[in-house]
Formats: sequence, C-alpha cells, structure tokens
Amino acid sequence: MTVNKTLPTNYVTQPGEIKSSTGKTIRTDEMIINMGPQHPSTHGVLRLEIVVDGEIVVDVIPHIGYLHRCFEKHAEHMNNYQQVIPYADRMDYLASMNNDWGYALAVERLLKLEVPPRVEYIRVIMAELQRIASHLIALGTYGIDMGAFTPFLWCFRDREKILDLFEMTCGARLLYNYIWVGGVSHDLPPKFVAQAKEFCAYFKPKVKELNDVLTYNEIFIKRTANVGVLPADVAVNYACSGPMLRGSGVNWDLRRDDPYGVYDKIDWQPQVGKGEMGTVGDCWDRYIVRVREMLESVRIIEQALAALPEGNVQAAIPKRIRPERGEVYVRTESPRGELGFYVISDGSTTPYRVKARAPAFVNLSVLPEISRGCMIADLVAIVGSVDIVLGEVDR
Amino acid sequence: MTPQEIHDNLRAKFADAVVEAKLDALQPWIRVAANRTREIALFLRDEPSFQFDFMSCLSGVDYNDGNLGVVYHLFSMVHKHKAVIRVTCPKDNPHIHSVHDVWGTANWHEREAFDMYGIQFDGHPDLRRILCPDDYPGHPLRKDFQVPEFYNGMKVPY
Repeated sequence: MTVNKTLPTNYVTQPGEIKSSTGKTIRTDEMIINMGPQHPSTHGVLRLEIVVDGEIVVDVIPHIGYLHRCFEKHAEHMNNYQQVIPYADRMDYLASMNNDWGYALAVERLLKLEVPPRVEYIRVIMAELQRIASHLIALGTYGIDMGAFTPFLWCFRDREKILDLFEMTCGARLLYNYIWVGGVSHDLPPKFVAQAKEFCAYFKPKVKELNDVLTYNEIFIKRTANVGVLPADVAVNYACSGPMLRGSGVNWDLRRDDPYGVYDKIDWQPQVGKGEMGTVGDCWDRYIVRVREMLESVRIIEQALAALPEGNVQAAIPKRIRPERGEVYVRTESPRGELGFYVISDGSTTPYRVKARAPAFVNLSVLPEISRGCMIADLVAIVGSVDIVLGEVDR
Repeated sequence: MTPQEIHDNLRAKFADAVVEAKLDALQPWIRVAANRTREIALFLRDEPSFQFDFMSCLSGVDYNDGNLGVVYHLFSMVHKHKAVIRVTCPKDNPHIHSVHDVWGTANWHEREAFDMYGIQFDGHPDLRRILCPDDYPGHPLRKDFQVPEFYNGMKVPY
C-alpha cells in the first residue's frame, strides 16, 4: 500500500507565487508561525509550528509533551495493580470510564479473570454514557472553533445530566476511579436505572436540535466539507482509529470487530462517513460520525438497561493481584479510537511495564499529512475534527 | 492465519532472522533479528497472505538484563489476524531499523521509544524527543534511570 500524498485539488497553487488582482504573478516567501501552546482552537496545550506561504499552509510540525506526567513510569512504581487506575483516569480526562475499563480489562486478561454479568452490563452503560459525554464536548467545542457558540452551551447542558448520573453512582463528576480490576467500586444506586432511561428519552430529540442548529447549517458545511480529507489508505497506514478512521469510510469498530464486554449481545451498528456533503473522509464526515455514534450509544444503553442482571458487583475483585509472568496487549474502543494497554507482568504485585497506546496521540500524528496545502483557517477546522485531548496525547 | 502458520511462513522466508518464538504464550510472539527488522516489516505488510497493514502499537521495553526491546503489535484489516513481533538490542549500543516508511504511524511511536529508552532507530528522518523537553538528561523509562536532583539549575522536588 502506498501513501497518497496528493493534495485536495481546490487548494493547489504554485508554491512561492500568488496571482495579484491585476493578474501579475507576485513572489512570496515562506514564513514560520506558531499556533499555540496557548490558543483556543488547539484544545489544550498543543503547539503547531506552521510553515505558511501567504495564507496557505505548507507544512505543520506538531510539538507535544506540555502535559507529560509520566503515566508509564508511575505505573511501574505502584504497589498494586489497582493503584494504576486513578492515573489511567487522568490520561483522557474526558473519557475516564473508558480508560479505566481498558486498563482493567488488560489486567483481567492477564489474570484470566471472568467478571460477573452485572458488572459487564454496568461497564457497558457507563462507557456508552461516557462516550456521549465525550462526543458532546467534541462537537460543542468544534462548533466554537467554527464560530457557533450556541451548540456549545446546549452540549454542556446535556453533558451535565450524564455527569449527574456518574455523580450519583460513584460521587465523582470527572475522574471516577469507578471500574476496578474484577468489578466496579459501587453498585448502581436504586434510582439510577429510572434516571438513565429518562436521560435516553430526553436526549434523542436533543440530537435533532443539534443537527438543526449546527450539523446542517450552511456556513458550518462550507467550513468543514471537503476540508482536511483523510483517504482511507492513509488512515490505515497511520493507524488512525475511532471516528477518524470511520469518517474515512472504513467500517471498523473494535466493539464489533474485537468484541469485549457484552457488545456482541447488543444490537447496534458502527457509523461510517459517506461523503454526504463533500469527499469521504473530510471534516464534516468525522463530525457526523460522532453525532450518529451518540444515537447508537443511546440504543446500546437502552438495551443494556433492559437486560441488566442482578448480582454482586464486587464478588470477583481479587484480594491480591499477582498475575503470572506474561504480557498482554488489549485494545478497547474509547471515544477517540483504539485505546490499547500493553501490560507486562514479572510475577510480582507491581506491573513491570504498562504502555498506553493513546488513540489521540496516534490520530494527531496524521495531522501534517492531511493539512499540507490548506488555509490557516481550515487548519483550525482540521485540528478540531481530530478531537484530541492533550492529557491523552502526552500521558 | 493462526500464530503457528504466521510463524512457519515467516521462518520459511527468513530462516536465519527468526530468532525465537513463544507460541503457547497468552499472546504468542515471534522474535526477529534487529538488523533485518525493516525487511521483515515490509514483507509482513506486502505479502498477500499476511497484509499486516495496521500497526496498533510499538512499545519500547527495558528487559533489565542488559537488553532493550521493541514490541510491534500488528494487525491485518484484510485478514483480521494479529501478530506480535519482538526485537531486542543491547542497552549500551541500541540500534534498530526504523519502519516509519512501512507504517506511517511508526514515526511518532519510534520517537517516543527513543525519548523514553534511548533506542536509536536507524533511518528515521526526524529522531527527536517527543514528550520530554529537548534538554532532558537521560531516558526516563529505563529501569536504571535516576531522577536527577537538579534540572537546569532548579531543584526537583521529588
């Protein structure tokens, strides 16, 4: 497979030259400017070194690491496998539940541990609620990047309801430390199921409202369609995952293709980009994949709530975690894509090595590839559509 | 393909480069020679029966026996099979071929492994530190790494 390096045709100009209004050719020089680390559209502390020729981006060099906290070194120095979970929380702070689950699942595979069915269902419910919350932030802030402020407030209003559900379950609103190796920290409170059902019924019409105000907005489509096109072969070569990969038309979702939890017992469909407003793999496709995934998540939550079995959620939590020597790489589908944990055990109670394969890190590495030749303003659209969380990029 | 078949086919093509394999492990792995990595990677990606087009993860490891290692977790979107390829190199002279032109994603992963373990990826176009500051002393994920007392004249409170 070869990586396609051609640019989208609507941007192609002769480098180093522009045409003036009188038709004369004017020589231009390249200039290097910084976008970030403090810039509202980089969604955190990301510095982009941009080589520009007039308004046209010739090259982008991302500089990351401003939030590096040495997750992997910390994990090697814990006394216990469970103690790593609060650190995993803080990687992708918008999707802590999914991070916890990814790590817990890796250790469970290492221990060959089966968790009770009730735990599996609770985890699916929590992970999908978290996916909606995370996508809401992604879509809301993407609206702000494009100059639409209202959808941002609506998204945060709906996200509050999810955080309320998390708060009544485990007391925390952002960093939960909820999913443990072998179980979860608290059983669902009595009112949870009713309130979650209420949320599902409440949320579905809200997605239509979001579509009306932002998704099918003429200006929004003009800003995002045909911008930052990521062809499927480049996406696979750069190991993009999640909405990035599905936006490029690749029907690939780990919840279906490498199943974990109880996703295989639930009826749902992965969403892929079809190029409805422009080219397959443009920013609008990545955006709409997230919108439709929220509705699929609601479907999953409703089915999981209906099938929720009874049981003790802490029955399988091991008193002492001491896996045999060995190693395991487990990947789960976080809101941003393939979240992998590579855990090596040396037979002691401390992990020998924990490597986190952060989806945002990998997705960001394709940025130079898809933004060469675009306008500076479009770069904002492209960075927003990648949906990075710098806590996870830098770990 | 099963791990056994992958191993057999790889050994048939690169008899001298497949050093070691553990096929009964939780996730079977194959260890190949460090100086043949790129060649083997190209073969794994392009051979029609393998087609490992998706590199999930590239991890550096310090085995704490004088060796550093790199582990490639490969996956095929076409055939839906997985492979774990390992490479090791001595800690005092860690050199491994870069595979950035085989899988584009390897570029940043290799920079991270260089940053954290000091593994030199020969042929990498831009082997700079990626997460730590450019002037950081040492490679923090090595098992013998000592947290420096001072960094740029500032006391490290740790």
